[in-house]
Amino acid sequence: MMRKFIGVCLLIVTTIFFIGCGNAPSKTETNAGKTIVNKDVILATTTSTQDSGLLDILIPAFERKTGYKIKTIAVGTGQALAMGEKGEADVLLVHAPAAEKKVVDSGAAIHRILVMHNDFIIVGPTNDIAQMKGKSAKDALTAIGKKEAVFVSRGDDSGTDKMEKSLWKLVGIKPSGAWYQEAGSGMGQTLKIADEKQGYTLSDRATYLAQKKNLSSQILVEGDATLLNIYHVMEVNPEKFSKVNNVGAKAFSEFLLSSEGQGLIAGFGKEKFGQPLFFADGGKTEKDFGL
Amino acid sequence: MDMIVKGLIQGLQLLLSGDSEVLEVAILTIRVSGIATAISVLIGIPIGLWLALKDFYGKQAVNSIVNFGMGFPPVVVGLVVSLFLWRYGPLGELSLMYTPLAMVIAQAIIATPIVIGLSFAAIVSLNPKLRWQLISLGATRWQASWLLIKEARLGLMAAVIAGFGRVISEVGASMMVGGNIKGQTRVLTTATVMEVGKGNYDLALAISMILLLIAYSIVVMLTYLQHKGKSE
Repeated sequence: MMRKFIGVCLLIVTTIFFIGCGNAPSKTETNAGKTIVNKDVILATTTSTQDSGLLDILIPAFERKTGYKIKTIAVGTGQALAMGEKGEADVLLVHAPAAEKKVVDSGAAIHRILVMHNDFIIVGPTNDIAQMKGKSAKDALTAIGKKEAVFVSRGDDSGTDKMEKSLWKLVGIKPSGAWYQEAGSGMGQTLKIADEKQGYTLSDRATYLAQKKNLSSQILVEGDATLLNIYHVMEVNPEKFSKVNNVGAKAFSEFLLSSEGQGLIAGFGKEKFGQPLFFADGGKTEKDFGL
Repeated sequence: MDMIVKGLIQGLQLLLSGDSEVLEVAILTIRVSGIATAISVLIGIPIGLWLALKDFYGKQAVNSIVNFGMGFPPVVVGLVVSLFLWRYGPLGELSLMYTPLAMVIAQAIIATPIVIGLSFAAIVSLNPKLRWQLISLGATRWQASWLLIKEARLGLMAAVIAGFGRVISEVGASMMVGGNIKGQTRVLTTATVMEVGKGNYDLALAISMILLLIAYSIVVMLTYLQHKGKSE
């Protein structure tokens, strides 16, 4: 009996090991006659590109076309940039222009190119106690600060978080106290928290639209030039970090800016949400937005 | 309530319809947690046995470290493993970061102290005279140890179940070292977190139901083995 029992245990263990060794990743693969030496490309990006579903459209198209395998690490923009600064990612797709410039200036990233934009919106409860519907972003934040209405911040050093902090600075308010709550989570989660607490929050439009079905909060402020949300792609500098896969990074960056990539971005979300979630900006620079 | 029932139904539907993506995620979950548990058992039971049978200076200290390790926060393990496996970390040459193997390493580190601690307790709780009796009856040290393992099999199986339960339900370390990459390192727990982030609570619940179903089936299987051994 005991022997049988041990036999079964051994069988399970060996089966698990066997399954485990099933698909060893191959490092090389030929594609259209040319050999790709390292096909894994690490993309560090913001949660908004993943949570909106955009990457589910872009990445399969890119992988089919080139044979590369993208490893998407969806974190806040702050963490994505930090991964670039340490050479732990190959390509970055993020949305915090000021912080991005610092990374480029430090030499950690190169070829920073504008890919697309959408906009930030201020979302709040239907009763809108700070009465800010339709106001400018500046006036709206001033009203929230004065009224000490609950405001839920991402608080995670993401691109959205950086944007929000810069807006507070712009209106000269140092947000603190019980009304200012830092969630420390992604946009989807933060929207849900703000909704539960009947508070305000700053969100990117894409994530808000994707989450809308779970929320009672409404868009209160939109269409303000200060609320532009611009995404750039950058390659991690191979001269500084010899281990990065720059060929793959370059291919991904080029794909995003190709007519196919730009077309996918411009078309994304139209069907599901009745409006595009991102605007393709290939060939533009920040100057075109007056920045 | 309505949502929970719907989630349960959708989970079953996803599983039965053989949705290839969900299936892939479920299989990877079993594979990673299974291998991690197997490794922790191979390392943990011998150490637990040794700790239970051997007296040495500083044994209390070792025991306290093991006990501490049993409750060690998975995110800390994830962070430390990440620091080692980063491209520019000490083990960067192996390029293990964001692979299932990295997740196996982190989970095995989480499960091993649990297996050591519980198998130690299982052996220690046997009548201490048993070992001396076996040896006085002419058993060699190895034979005596083997008989003790047999005697303590219920407790040892509990150690395996506890270790497996811990790693299959773990999310922090898997997210950190695996990165939740679609088709590569996405497991049921990290997929749940991601779907919540996307606002797909129904899908998140369905995935959770699949996770519960798998965890329960495996625990049932292990429990069956545990008691089958006992009824001998």
